Amino acid sequence: MKPEFRNVDWRSLWQGLVGRDGGVAGRIVPSTGFTAQLTLLSAGAMAFLAVFALALSLATGRLADRWSSSLAQTVTIRVSAPLDEIEGETGKVMAILDQTPGVAEARMIPEDEVEALLAPWFGPDVPVEALPVPRLIEIREDGEGFDAAGLGLRLEAEVPGAVLDDHTRWRQPLVSAARRLKFLGVVSLGLIAAAGTAMMILAAQSSLAANGQVIRVLRLIGARDVTIAQAFVRRFTRRAATGAAAGTALGMLAIALLPDMDEAGGFLTGLGFQGWGWLLPLLIPLIAAGVGFFATRWAALRMLKAVP
Amino acid sequence: MIEMQDVTFGYREGGALLSGMTLSLPAGSFHFLTGPSGSGKTSFLRLCYADLLPSSGQLSAFGHDVGGLSRDGIAMLRRKIGVLHQDAQFLDHLPVAENVALPLTVAGQPIDMQALKELLGWVGMTGHARAMPPSLSGGERQRAALARAVIMSPDFVMADEPTGNLDWEMSMRLLQLLVELNRSGKTILIATHDMDLIRAARQLEVQARVLRISGKRVQLAGADL
Ligand SMILES: Nc1ncnc2c1ncn2[C@@H]1O[C@H](COP(=O)(O)OP(=O)(O)O)[C@@H](O)[C@H]1O
Ligand SMILES: [Mg+2]
Repeated sequence: MKPEFRNVDWRSLWQGLVGRDGGVAGRIVPSTGFTAQLTLLSAGAMAFLAVFALALSLATGRLADRWSSSLAQTVTIRVSAPLDEIEGETGKVMAILDQTPGVAEARMIPEDEVEALLAPWFGPDVPVEALPVPRLIEIREDGEGFDAAGLGLRLEAEVPGAVLDDHTRWRQPLVSAARRLKFLGVVSLGLIAAAGTAMMILAAQSSLAANGQVIRVLRLIGARDVTIAQAFVRRFTRRAATGAAAGTALGMLAIALLPDMDEAGGFLTGLGFQGWGWLLPLLIPLIAAGVGFFATRWAALRMLKAVP
Repeated sequence: MIEMQDVTFGYREGGALLSGMTLSLPAGSFHFLTGPSGSGKTSFLRLCYADLLPSSGQLSAFGHDVGGLSRDGIAMLRRKIGVLHQDAQFLDHLPVAENVALPLTVAGQPIDMQALKELLGWVGMTGHARAMPPSLSGGERQRAALARAVIMSPDFVMADEPTGNLDWEMSMRLLQLLVELNRSGKTILIATHDMDLIRAARQLEVQARVLRISGKRVQLAGADL
């Protein structure tokens, strides 16, 4: 496979994409309308699917990031105890957290922050020190996370006044699901690329087979393999690029036209591109052109070896 | 032009079709290749333009051992040899004029429209320049093929049963064209089983020699038949 790829004529790739029909390569092989349209259609469909797979990957990636960062911020332990015991109880909790695997950092929220949190409820003039206000300990998890149920039970046994507040932990499975979806989106992109390559090779091979007589005549009058291959490569590169451009445009349009519900819609409205992300799908026609170029070139040069 | 040293050729293992061929076709010569149908005339020609490769022995064309040629090397060799095939094939989607100019096109050489017109006139195909190949008669196909065979000004022109499906008048016209080419210095090799054609060539005062295939061997027949 390699020697064919080594001396790629980049100019012919470019000409294959943008050059006008009418050159040598454009004429020596008859155009077959039906295959051409099938190739265009398949390339378009692949590109359309690729746009959605890409949007899915990006959106679920964003979602996973957002959810997991909000998760990390919101695990707290509330320690309530009579004023004279609270320091000791808090110390015990910190000691337990020290030994708990999965806890990256435990931070006591300073009293002025707690006061700020409470101010809307009690008003600014209430002397918080005089009240049995609970101490808050904020926990940052490391990658694995910690065993919340186990920690809860241990606190219950050793420091009855401490309560693990993990009301946002229910999102953990959602984060995993979002990550899994992102992975599936990337896998889908790979599959679409593989199917697209296979489709291009099959289309090129069928076109080469249908033109066996033409190829034979060309060889007999002294045409080099690259000249013959180029006629096919040019066609299929153009078809792949054109079809994929149309499919990508339709896919992007469909995504742009998704109803906008701002934050409220959550996952569904998250499906789309943001900012520079809109440039990513524009790579699809370029990749399709590259696939068309290499797949056809490979198929053509391989097939030509059998023609004396 | 063509040198053979003990060349043997067979389509399958063991079964040699042609063997022990040692001969040379010098530049400017005019040869007929005869032998019964199925004796290997077409195969001999195909060996000369590297469409087939010898099973053993050395075959050199234009000084190159054909066995050692790359695929591009073979393409280059074919640009120097004009071949009139037994049943000439064209690209049916291109008009006659473009088919005739096709060797120039695939070689990336410019087409001199005036020269193309003169060439079509020389083979009497001016009126068919824009016709599509499937609409041509057998004789018209042969003449278009001859024009295509010589458009690159090859030094060597081969014809395989060129008069096979032509009437006598047309055969003579074609023979005359080939003799004209020989007079302008081209090397000519015509495979035919038509003895009348060979006799007719002698009347055109051409120094034609005859190679005869018999019993897998190619022998030079006497200067006079
Ligand atoms: N491609 C091929 N494969 C196998 N045998 C072939 C092939 N072409 C020709 N032959 C056989 O080789 C012999 C010589 O054929 P050919 O060279 O065409 O003879 P001629 O041109 O003298 O009639 C014939 O017996 C023919 O059947
Ligand atoms: Mg024959």
